[in-house]
Amino acid sequence: MSDALNAIEARDARGPYSLTMSVEDGIAIITFDTPGESVNKVDRGTKDEFVAIADRLERDKDVRGAILISGKPDVFIAGADIEEFLLLETAAQAERLSRDGQMLIDSVAKMRMPLVVAIHGACLGAGLELALACTYRIATDHPKTVLALPEVQLGIIPGAGGTQRLPRKIGLRAALDMILTGKNVRAKKAYQMGLVEELVHPAILRQVAIQRAKELGNGKRPQLRKERGFMGALLDGNPVGRSVVLRKAREETLKKTKGQYPAPIAALDAVAAGLGARRAHGLREESRLFGEMAVTDVSRQLIYLFFATTALKKDSGVEVPVEPLTVNKVGIIGAGFMGSGIASIAVQQGTVVRMKDADTARVAKGFAAVRSVLKERFTKRQITRTQLDDTMSLLGGTVDYSGFGNVDLVIEAVFEDLATKHQVLRETEAETRSDAIFATNTSTIPIASIAEASARPDRVLGMHFFSPVHKMPLIEVITTPATSPQSVATAVAYGKKLGKTVIVVNDGPGFYVNRILFPYLNEAGRLLEQGASVEAIDNALLAFGFPVGPITLLDEVGMDVGSKAAGVMHLAFGERFAPAAAIDKLVAAGRYGRKASKGFYLYDENGKKGGVDPDVYAVAGAGAERSEIPAEEIQQRCVFAMLNEAMRCLGDGIIRSERDGDVGAVFGIGFPPFRGGPFRYIDSIGAAALASQLEELNSRFPGRFEPAEGLLRRARSG
Amino acid sequence: MASYGSGTGRRVAIVAGVRTPFTRAGTSLKSFNAIELGKLCVAELLQRTELDTREVQAIVFGTVIPSVVAPNIAREISLMPMLPKGVQAFSVSRACASANQAITDAADQIVLGHVDVAIAGGAETLSNVPMLHTSGFSDAMVKASKSKTLGGRAGAVSKIRPRDLVPIAPAIAEPSTGETMGQSAEKMAKLNGITREEQDQFALRSHRMAAAGTADGRLTAEIMSVFVPPKYETVATSDNGIRSDTSFEQLSGLKPVFDRKYGTVTAGNASPLTDGGACVLLMSEEKARALGYEPLGFIRSYAYAALDPGEQLLQGPVLAAPVALKRAGLALRDMDLVEMHEAFAAQVLSNLRGLESREWAKRAGFSEPVGEVDRARLNVMGGSIAIGHPFGATGSRITVTLLNELGRRGGQFGLMTVCAAGGMGFAMVVERA
Repeated sequence: MSDALNAIEARDARGPYSLTMSVEDGIAIITFDTPGESVNKVDRGTKDEFVAIADRLERDKDVRGAILISGKPDVFIAGADIEEFLLLETAAQAERLSRDGQMLIDSVAKMRMPLVVAIHGACLGAGLELALACTYRIATDHPKTVLALPEVQLGIIPGAGGTQRLPRKIGLRAALDMILTGKNVRAKKAYQMGLVEELVHPAILRQVAIQRAKELGNGKRPQLRKERGFMGALLDGNPVGRSVVLRKAREETLKKTKGQYPAPIAALDAVAAGLGARRAHGLREESRLFGEMAVTDVSRQLIYLFFATTALKKDSGVEVPVEPLTVNKVGIIGAGFMGSGIASIAVQQGTVVRMKDADTARVAKGFAAVRSVLKERFTKRQITRTQLDDTMSLLGGTVDYSGFGNVDLVIEAVFEDLATKHQVLRETEAETRSDAIFATNTSTIPIASIAEASARPDRVLGMHFFSPVHKMPLIEVITTPATSPQSVATAVAYGKKLGKTVIVVNDGPGFYVNRILFPYLNEAGRLLEQGASVEAIDNALLAFGFPVGPITLLDEVGMDVGSKAAGVMHLAFGERFAPAAAIDKLVAAGRYGRKASKGFYLYDENGKKGGVDPDVYAVAGAGAERSEIPAEEIQQRCVFAMLNEAMRCLGDGIIRSERDGDVGAVFGIGFPPFRGGPFRYIDSIGAAALASQLEELNSRFPGRFEPAEGLLRRARSG
Repeated sequence: MASYGSGTGRRVAIVAGVRTPFTRAGTSLKSFNAIELGKLCVAELLQRTELDTREVQAIVFGTVIPSVVAPNIAREISLMPMLPKGVQAFSVSRACASANQAITDAADQIVLGHVDVAIAGGAETLSNVPMLHTSGFSDAMVKASKSKTLGGRAGAVSKIRPRDLVPIAPAIAEPSTGETMGQSAEKMAKLNGITREEQDQFALRSHRMAAAGTADGRLTAEIMSVFVPPKYETVATSDNGIRSDTSFEQLSGLKPVFDRKYGTVTAGNASPLTDGGACVLLMSEEKARALGYEPLGFIRSYAYAALDPGEQLLQGPVLAAPVALKRAGLALRDMDLVEMHEAFAAQVLSNLRGLESREWAKRAGFSEPVGEVDRARLNVMGGSIAIGHPFGATGSRITVTLLNELGRRGGQFGLMTVCAAGGMGFAMVVERA
């Protein structure tokens, strides 16, 4: 029988298979290798294959044990095939998918022989659920090895028994932490928390797994890691402790999600349902809740965004196939907040950076800013002291252009003034190679205006970073008609290398992100003038799903910066971008915001935000009396202004697709991900409904809400 | 006459040089160790020369006081992330001529054809000197670490006596003679009849000319700005030991340090304890041209010499200079500039006397003395007394200073000499074009 099993492949006519099996010395080696994909996924097909393999193994008495290992170099199993989820139309169908998954995992768990799983690389979602069902888990001590149940990040919950197996393996608290956040757990941590039994060097993973399988096959009892400890017993080990943990988790989750994301709560419910001896009930609840979550709008939007960002990762940013320049050295002009922020992510990617500013004191400040970013990572033990020092050695500082002769990319992050930028551009072009790319980080000045000073405008484009640079995930690469495809491809490739999501937008005042942001902020200013309180405005938009309210955002950005940008766009686009007078009044009063320790809010000397300054209403000319403007109206006016402008950006060709518009808004200004982005939100309201509501607002507040052409067309075509 | 390497068709070009500011020990650069100072100037050399870092094949570095945990300073420097991991790297030690040793060793590799591009230099910190434990203390620690019981450990530690806790600082004294360098300089002053006035005048000269060279930017062209971590509130941009306002009266007022009664060597006419790093980029001439670099100059010849440290510790340059000149096929009068390391005014002045002396010439194996060095061509922008002397770095600094000034003046040949503890000396002839 073994001979028949040797090098078996699930052979019928169906096509290439994920699972192959060979037998060595009485141990079955099951190799998972999804053909034609860079990562391994679990789909309906693999489920069938698994069942077939388990079946055959049951019948072969010469096989005493088995191992499961990935055939791909750096990934174990990245999870279930998400495309399958999109085919689900009803909760019942989704529930059935989960039941099938549970049954597969169960059949693995119930195998007659011990199954040792050998994990190297990403072990996520269904991959981890599979690993939990195996007899014994070995992982490699390697930076690429991470374990997670990230389902909640896509608006669903683990559906193949993870909500039941994980708490039993690592304890309730640790399991909830993983499941409710979807966070990645690195190899060492996984071992410490008892998620895996052993850590080994990648080169011996396979042989150790086979050895363990032999030992277990000969009847040795598996030495499983179990979470021990006082806190474990106290909180996780008894019903009273557990109910405390559950309640706390529920409170924290509701606070974090503000009720806008149902999946974490559903996951919590599934975990709770199965505690104690009620595993069967827990599994049924898991499937039922999985079914409910899979068809929620929230989940659809999150999955849409996931696919959008994945597609953007593969998008070169240009239509024509062109070889981007390799960027080995970057010259950064301006060591201020943005310049040093960009330097800090560049050096972390191994780029040699030459950072220039007007005097050594400014350059020194830039160094300090870069080092503090690295110091934070060092303190969190994400990097070693040597890595910190090595990374800093890549940063060079100068007050002249020495060292710029061999830079591949210049990033200009100086004062937001056209004359200054022209001068920098001219000077830089004289000092750099003719094929070096000049990228300006301007947030408002059209790239074409800056490029007027250039002798080689095909090399000029915008790379708009967001602040703080090391945290914000988006870059807008802004092109003019003169910009060459190679320049664009180079900027996009480098932005991706920096770990950012990159969208390519066409030139225009405010580009995309700021252009849709300002009507929203202006509207918040007007609501303030009309009597709404600061808290009411901010709370309304927080409730809508933004991470910070518009008034807080104005304080963060700085009223002076905001006012200048607003002015530029008002000039360009006219009436509908007319800023609220309140902003200029605050600027005149020196209330720039957080940077001046007072804006709309008060800030202490550490920059911590306090309450609203009651004096601000007088300064803003908003009158002494506050009036009650309903939250819904506040949301409508601010958000619809943004949506309308987004449609205009699409119509004007500023953004190339709705996908880019959604990703740009979500990652650039925190548009609520659970709504999918401005365009997905327009779809959910309905173009006709939105258009008519805009007409109504336009009649109440003429000049600002006239529906965009594109929206009207969409409304008409139904 | 053939110049160094030109017989093989491989002349060694000195393409560029960079150094940190040279700062008094305990001041702005005090938080760096020698390896960090070395890394700073090498990273900046790479940035400024805009060299493709993949071209670097060897790094040779010198430091007099090595780190106990990382003795191969050159290798640590070569492991910076922008350099290829395959760069060969080794560290050298020839006291104050260590950087010169590094340069000539790297140059030799180029002449041999083993390497086309190398970085050589040196670094030193006198602020951050590794302290050694006494053997009483170390023995007790080793015993304690080997004990398996708490009692055993406690017992080992209890054997430490107060005198064991006094750390041993690396001495600036000759191991074989017990003389510190200052004492040797003092002895040389007496033997060679160098007066107190002459020494103070020379020190004054060093400061005045260094101050002038700093003011007009000639001396500072190769100095990089060092942004001092972790807070970066300090930026070191220039040498901080140069006293533009010092006077002969002030110098005369200082007390002699090494001989209270009859001494002439003071803190003012000696080089100060200094922190700093300096390095140069070397290439074969062919490679430099191929990469489009205009070299600062070329190595024409070099020589090392040694004598009994107990005799005149710092007179080595007198024996090395004639050999280097002979190898270059040139004479002193052909030198447009002369740079001599100023460990002490008494030492330089002794060297100058020695170069004029027939006896010293004979000892070096020559019938005629090297000659009188034209003071108008000597250390024209001051020297180590004013600029400072980080032991391992000085040789590289002098090389770049010499070549840069030679270039400015349109000169063709330059001679440099460096004395070194252990009774050794170094001389090198450089040529432009």
